[in-house]
Amino acid sequence: MSYSISLTVNGDQRRVELDDPRVTLLDLLRERLDLTGTKKGCDRGQCGACTVLVDGRRVNSCLSLAVTLDGADITTIEGLANGDTLHPVQAAFIEHDGFQCGYCTPGQIMSAVGLIAEGHAGDDPERVREGMSGNLCRCAAYHGITEAVVDATRRMTETTERKSA
Amino acid sequence: MKRFDYMRPLSVADAVSAYKPGAAYLGGGTNLLDLMKIGVMQPETLIDLGRIAELEAIEMLPDGGARIGALVKNSDLAYDRAFAAAFPMVAEAILAGASGQLRNAATVGGNLMQKTRCTYFQDPHSPCNRREPGTGCAAREGDNANLAVLGWSDACIATNPSDMCVPLAALGAVIEVQGPAGKRDIPIANFHFLPGDQPENETALQPGELVVAIRLPAEAAAFARNARYLKVRERTSFAFALVSVAAALQIEGGRITEARLALGAVAAKPWRVTAAEELLAGQAPTAEAFARAADALLQGARPSGENGYKIELARRAIVRALQMSAAGTPKRMPALPASSFAEEVSHV
Repeated sequence: MSYSISLTVNGDQRRVELDDPRVTLLDLLRERLDLTGTKKGCDRGQCGACTVLVDGRRVNSCLSLAVTLDGADITTIEGLANGDTLHPVQAAFIEHDGFQCGYCTPGQIMSAVGLIAEGHAGDDPERVREGMSGNLCRCAAYHGITEAVVDATRRMTETTERKSA
Repeated sequence: MKRFDYMRPLSVADAVSAYKPGAAYLGGGTNLLDLMKIGVMQPETLIDLGRIAELEAIEMLPDGGARIGALVKNSDLAYDRAFAAAFPMVAEAILAGASGQLRNAATVGGNLMQKTRCTYFQDPHSPCNRREPGTGCAAREGDNANLAVLGWSDACIATNPSDMCVPLAALGAVIEVQGPAGKRDIPIANFHFLPGDQPENETALQPGELVVAIRLPAEAAAFARNARYLKVRERTSFAFALVSVAAALQIEGGRITEARLALGAVAAKPWRVTAAEELLAGQAPTAEAFARAADALLQGARPSGENGYKIELARRAIVRALQMSAAGTPKRMPALPASSFAEEVSHV
């Protein structure tokens, strides 16, 4: 039996025929949609490298079956920048040295984008560290990651305030 | 992962009638899918509950209680303002568990149904009476430092890993279930089973029954001003508890009028002993009174391996949680939920 689903991935409508219901969102993105920015680390929801946004919320794509997501809106790291203009969180990670080897970075950035949208951490470093605890960095770039998320939160809040003023 | 058939019913009635032996209900999948990947769970059919709208509501009831649909995401419940104001220690416990990503996907029904994190249960190559009845218990002579000190048996020393269930047990939540024989209510105290000689019987659910909702009784909201969850763990975030405590008080004129108390991570179910709560009624909120309640709650505790430390840890954590509760529920969720390191801000 095959399962037909449609997804919006980074703004593009995609129709996907799944011949097997075992395919996770992570494997669908990497193996079938050629979006390899999302990384496979532990494949068990423990490391956060596979974090993407599903309908605007950050989740572990490794623990999500693609077949359950018919109609969902997916954003991956490839969908964040606007042309050559980086998303404020991406820019802040570069500015604050929020990575070393870079393998966990797409997951870190997507998690940070989700965290900022949730709006519970603000620019409090302790709340940011707690909110980002589902993303491991084996290079231990945590100091720069926290600074980047705090800085991006401030910049995005200022932009929103300026727009609404 | 073993191949399965996939179904997506649109109502609880359709989900129940789709059930057959070998099928499993799928909520957020954060635990089930993980266990399927490592071969611990091998359902032949997955019945996806994710499109059943009737399971998705958080209702604050006119009498002051609450009814939470089984498919409500953990994070949506914890951040629901009305719910968190009425039942702050439930919100705090949820936010003390897992990670932001997992809480966004995991459901409250799934939180109730989650499996033990005992290493040997999660390893299909190890003997485990809970996973495969009659094979033995590898944990008894193995890595058992974080396993049960209460209610365990020779057959199984696993613990229930849930944070959310600990305050739910303290507050006397009721689980609404539906199955082939209709609907019924199960008090949370009767929902999870101690292992006895049949650890494979984990919950009161009959084949085909599923959790529809969790109900908190009106009287549970009376503890909102003095209610805390304390979780002791090896790191302050994204770790399972070594010991956790839900502690709630009603205090009038410097005296405790009523107390609710439950322990997590020490047994196969949240551990509540009403006699310990009754010891606190009429007492001033002192360390001595709290220590007596701790002793009563821990009556019968004994190591099941290299975990005797958990008994003393629990004793101290109970006293600390009661002190935190007596100091008042913080106005805002602490930066580090359920941590003894968080800044203590009084509600009053």
